[in-house]
Amino acid sequence: MIALSDYLFVAALLFAIGIVGVMINRKNVITLLMSIELMLLAVNLNFIAFSRYLNDIHGQIFVFFILTVAAAEAAIGLAILVAIFRNRRTIEVESLNELKG
Amino acid sequence: MMDLSFQQLLFYGFSSVLIMSALAVISSKNSVKAVLFLVLCFVAMAGLWMLLEAEFLAIALVLVYVGAVMVLFLFVVMMLDVDFAALKQGFNRRFGLLLVFAALVIWTLLKMIDLLPFEAESVPMPEPHSADYKNVSEIGAILYTDYVIAFELAAVILLVAMIAAISLTFRGKRERKSQDVAKQLKVSKSDRLKILKIDPVVVNQDAAKEGE
Repeated sequence: MIALSDYLFVAALLFAIGIVGVMINRKNVITLLMSIELMLLAVNLNFIAFSRYLNDIHGQIFVFFILTVAAAEAAIGLAILVAIFRNRRTIEVESLNELKG
Repeated sequence: MMDLSFQQLLFYGFSSVLIMSALAVISSKNSVKAVLFLVLCFVAMAGLWMLLEAEFLAIALVLVYVGAVMVLFLFVVMMLDVDFAALKQGFNRRFGLLLVFAALVIWTLLKMIDLLPFEAESVPMPEPHSADYKNVSEIGAILYTDYVIAFELAAVILLVAMIAAISLTFRGKRERKSQDVAKQLKVSKSDRLKILKIDPVVVNQDAAKEGE
């Protein structure tokens, strides 16, 4: 049988991998976005595991909305990425250090 | 030998695929490979959600994420002509420090899970649902009643995201009538108004009378 803590362990590991992915990566914005997706996925796993073990469907509704917002975030993030690449011909994180209107 | 139930076997299988592919996502040199590993991640996660009997969300994850969002990622990765070799220089500059930090994060999370009462004795595994249990209608019954405003707001968020993404990347001619305030302020009278000197017109009075 699978305990709730097993699912939480997996989610914690996945979340930590996401955090490390954000920090390890000094160059590539696409990998940054993907690490954020990993962290959101870990949170969703927690929600669904609790929803199942506490027998409460509301957790799954939350996951539904997180998925919606994450999809919107990915779409806008990639659009910004494309716009940045057109203007600067690079997607290095470290070169994106100035704001200019 | 420890005997595993079929469910446990699935759980450990999906979990290990999930963690391994997540590690591959963040360490892959090639962005296309990273995206494909992220797809594998999502598929393994959908398997875990199936084990948790969240069928609707598992299918939504595969359809929406693998089918749409990851394809979008792949398109962007392939469309941008990025020099990925150059992106990898300086990749592991503070790797040791990062490993320490990662260990700290993992240790904190796992310790917290250990301290809180989430093990099998205090939160027993729930009975599997009966065969006629419908996850979709359960979700729908709540989503369209208690959460109807949030549901509509989610639709608005998607609409805003769509408009934002299109307007950020649209490169065609922008045909819109808008004011240019600077241009309006710079206008002087001489640009618009021209005073012409015109000789007065003399009407021939006799010809006008004959016409009557």
